[in-house]
Parts: sequence; C-alpha cells; structure tokens
Amino acid sequence: MAAKLQFDFVVNKEKSTLTVVREFAGPRQLVWDCHTQSTLLDRWFAPKPLSTKTKHMEFREGGYWHYAMITPDGQAYWSRVDYQAIRPIDSYTTLDGFTDETGIVNPDMPRSRWDVTFSDLREHTLVTTVVHYNSPEDVQKVIDMGMKEGMTSTLERLDELLLTLRA
Amino acid sequence: MQKLGEGPATVSELSEPFDMALPSFMKHMRVLEESGLVSSSKSGRVRTCTLEQQKLAAAERWFDEQRALWSSRYENLDKLLEQLQGDDNGS
Repeated sequence: MAAKLQFDFVVNKEKSTLTVVREFAGPRQLVWDCHTQSTLLDRWFAPKPLSTKTKHMEFREGGYWHYAMITPDGQAYWSRVDYQAIRPIDSYTTLDGFTDETGIVNPDMPRSRWDVTFSDLREHTLVTTVVHYNSPEDVQKVIDMGMKEGMTSTLERLDELLLTLRA
Repeated sequence: MQKLGEGPATVSELSEPFDMALPSFMKHMRVLEESGLVSSSKSGRVRTCTLEQQKLAAAERWFDEQRALWSSRYENLDKLLEQLQGDDNGS
C-alpha cells in the first residue's frame, strides 16, 4: 500500500455505538460489490487467521446473508445479516445476529443494527459503518459471550499477529 | 474486595473468612453495590459478585479487539481490491 488510508474507530458508550470509517483504494462500485456479493465477501470479511464461508446469500431487502467465520482448527462462528434497506451504491442497513449452522437467530443474544454508507473520496471510496446496540446492557452481553465462547482467545492471537506484522 | 480483585466470586465464598451471619454480610454487600464498586447477578440460588473495575477492563479489551478485527478485515479488503483492479480477467 503506497499512501496511508484513513481509518477511524470510535466507541460511544452512552449511545452504545461503534463507528468505523475507512478509505479504500478503489472506485465506489467495486467497493460496493465487495460488500454485497458473497463470492467477494468470502475473500475478505473474516479477520486473519479466520476464513469466511457463505451458506446463503440473497442481497435484497428482506433477504439475508448466512455465513461462518472459521478458525484454522475448524471451529465455526455462525452469523446472519438481514438486509433491511438497500440504496445501491450509497448505503444499506442490516440487522446482525448470532446463529447456528441452521441460520436460526439466537433469541437470547442481542442483535445490532449496521448502517453502512459509501461515498467518493477523490478516486477512492470512504466506507462508514455505524454499529448500533440497543443498550449498554446488550453490549455487556456480547462482551460476556465473547469470553465464554473463546472468541476472545482467537482475537488475542490476532492481536499478537498484528503486533508482529507491525514490528 | 481483595478476593474480588482475583475475579468474580459467590456471596458464600466472599463471606467465608468473616465471622458474620449471611444476612448481615448481604447488607454490607448491598452498600458496596449501591456505591457502584461491585455488581452482582443471581443464577438460581447463587449470587455472584464482580468488581466493576474488571468489567470496565473487559469492555476496554473488547473494544480493542473489535478495532483489531476491523483493521484486519479491511487489510484483507485492500488486498482483494488490489487483486481485482490489477487483473481485469478476474482471478
């Protein structure tokens, strides 16, 4: 990567939101495709060293993406993204949920709403993702679950990996 | 408080070293809870107490992890965009 690409990550505890702003070196249509086509999503969505596997994808309002993030030792973390509103190639809104392999959303776990917007930044594209939880209690539930499920240790390995990459 | 510093504990574990009846001990715990230093949750007949400080630290760690997750995810996307634009025939 030649030039430094903008990356902002902001937590608002009062509003229970995470805001992620990132610049990409590509035209808006291509960046949009990478976010909305499962064959492309499978190639980037899971953080390293995990991989992404799509089980179902229907990108339309009322449709959903059902996928797993898979660890190198084969442990799968299933999620489902329900598309609520789509405005090509400007924005889409989804409802995120924890599922199992069958795609049924775990009713005991909080769901978060994602507002994803795409805008031109000269010849680059700026993607803004706002993740909304319903309450601080919901955020706490997700934190607690992360620890229980061992996702945390996976991500700690990721932290170590990132440190070695930066060094 | 020292015991809670090692991790969440049940009320009976916490009251063990004290020569005090459980109801009186619970009164002390309630004062700590009202002060916001300690939180507790009940599962069946067992009440578990947690030092709030630890909860805060866990939250901070989770936010750091989320940041690392997005950072790594987006580095993958950088590479994919490079591949897609560098090779017009696709891969």
